[in-house]
Amino acid sequence: MILTYMEIRENKIKKASLEALSEAKRRADDLNEDSVAVFLGKELDNLAQEAFQYGASKVYLIENPLLEKYSSSLYTSALSEFIDEIKPKAVFFSATAMGKDLAPRVAAKLDVGVATDCTKTRAENSGLEVERPIFAGKALAAFQFKSEPQIASLRPNVFPLLEPLSEEGEVVKREVELSEDQAKEQVVEIKREEGDELDVTEAEVVISGGRGMKGPENFGLLKDIIALFPNAALGSSRSAVDAGWADHQHQVGQTGKTVSPNLYIAVGISGAIQHLAGMSSSKFIVAINKDPEAAIFKVADFGVVGDLFEVIPPLKKELEKFKE
Amino acid sequence: MNILVFVKRVPDSESKIEIDHDNNQIDMEGLNFVMNPYDEYAVEEALQIKESKGGTVHVISVGSEESVTILKKALAMGADEALLVQDDKHETYDGLRAAKIIAEVVKNKYSDYSLILFGKQSIDTDNSQVPSMVAGLLDLPQVNVVTELDIGGGSGTAGREIEGAVEKVEFSLPAVISAQKGLNEPRYETLKGIMAAKRKQVPVISLQELGIEESDLESKLELVNLSPPPTKEAGKKIEEEPEEAAKQLVKFLHEEAKII
Repeated sequence: MILTYMEIRENKIKKASLEALSEAKRRADDLNEDSVAVFLGKELDNLAQEAFQYGASKVYLIENPLLEKYSSSLYTSALSEFIDEIKPKAVFFSATAMGKDLAPRVAAKLDVGVATDCTKTRAENSGLEVERPIFAGKALAAFQFKSEPQIASLRPNVFPLLEPLSEEGEVVKREVELSEDQAKEQVVEIKREEGDELDVTEAEVVISGGRGMKGPENFGLLKDIIALFPNAALGSSRSAVDAGWADHQHQVGQTGKTVSPNLYIAVGISGAIQHLAGMSSSKFIVAINKDPEAAIFKVADFGVVGDLFEVIPPLKKELEKFKE
Repeated sequence: MNILVFVKRVPDSESKIEIDHDNNQIDMEGLNFVMNPYDEYAVEEALQIKESKGGTVHVISVGSEESVTILKKALAMGADEALLVQDDKHETYDGLRAAKIIAEVVKNKYSDYSLILFGKQSIDTDNSQVPSMVAGLLDLPQVNVVTELDIGGGSGTAGREIEGAVEKVEFSLPAVISAQKGLNEPRYETLKGIMAAKRKQVPVISLQELGIEESDLESKLELVNLSPPPTKEAGKKIEEEPEEAAKQLVKFLHEEAKII
């Protein structure tokens, strides 16, 4: 059995969890195992159906009023107890903020290893072999597990979704005994960023500005372009963040976030090695820079040598024209 | 209030990473080593809390003798005490190994502390595992990827970065916190601090002295292969008038990238 932990935000399953579940189904088929999903929360009706569409043959719902809001320790108690009981061969998380917080604590509780932020999985020696970037992608490391369950968190935006299946499966409700004093920490509020912005790690298109943007006031130019793509987010180089032009949430690179969107547009970014590490696994890379020797062009599928302040306005016009 | 900060020595972010295939490890020859950048935020936060609330700041590193340099840096920034837990084993990429050592160090050496601070991940292994695992092993509250921290009497509130939002988390003390960029602006060492740090001895303790057997630390992950990332070929590069360049770019996005 491969168990996938399904993350819910605002009563919806995270896309990254559906990606992990899709990958679980592929590996479960290779290993002749079942793919099973588990949800934790207060009331979980209506969520199971979607899990069946992405390959789960069975869905466990672990309900308790105390699980309404996320708590690392409480979720760890509920989940590790469940895992200990059903003994899956492997457990997949998505490498989201929640997955990265929860998976290691669960692994420590079960005294097993965990591989974080994997970008590939395959069946090997009747178990899993996973590959993950280290040094922000400057090297790739492949691991096998010496303990079970084999726990891995999978990077969002990397694993393809299955074509939704029209299958049904068994829903099993589980009760779990928890007490309030087990919640050592508790989420009390979620403050959304202004304008409900998409995170760079979840976006299909990332448009990033660097030192060439010359100042925070010019990031509006990029936001105009972002508005023309569905699921696009604003990124930034480290130097633009350090200069205070963009919030660190947007930083892409070795001391920021690693992204792999379908399209990455680097605007006024020279391409320092630590930046390239964080974005070179993007499917398509476009660079706009006035320095023809800029390192960013070495990884760009399409490079425009030119002054961004001259290129962006006609680009906006052409994109708008295309939309019509 | 006593604060423990765990720091790690890593190659700096400008390092070019090469693989030593014969030994199945990263070639560390000639690289420039620094304190893990995220750990600097943890040290700074500890110093700021100490400055406002009193107490002591202990910095601890698990690693080779060379880690003394980053402990000295933390002392020069203003930390009170340092400890090197000597562990000469090559990187195993198994966060649980480091977490077990750290949990033992905390249990054996420190009885009175309110906070254990880490960087949110080390920029070499990129595991983001150790803080959560230590919290789990010591049965403490945890808040990771923290950009805001407010410590009160017996409890605290932290702002933690999640996708496109900040999660406000309440917790009791003692607690494990991992720092994210944005939490503060790490200070530079002062000359006076550097001189004082030079004179300070950094005590060294071995795993054996901590009562840890190598058999307790058996790696749960086996590194089977290291490889360079797929090389990306440079594609088309155009130097045209802006209007023409924009047209060609949109054509590329439509026909080749199929994004629009």
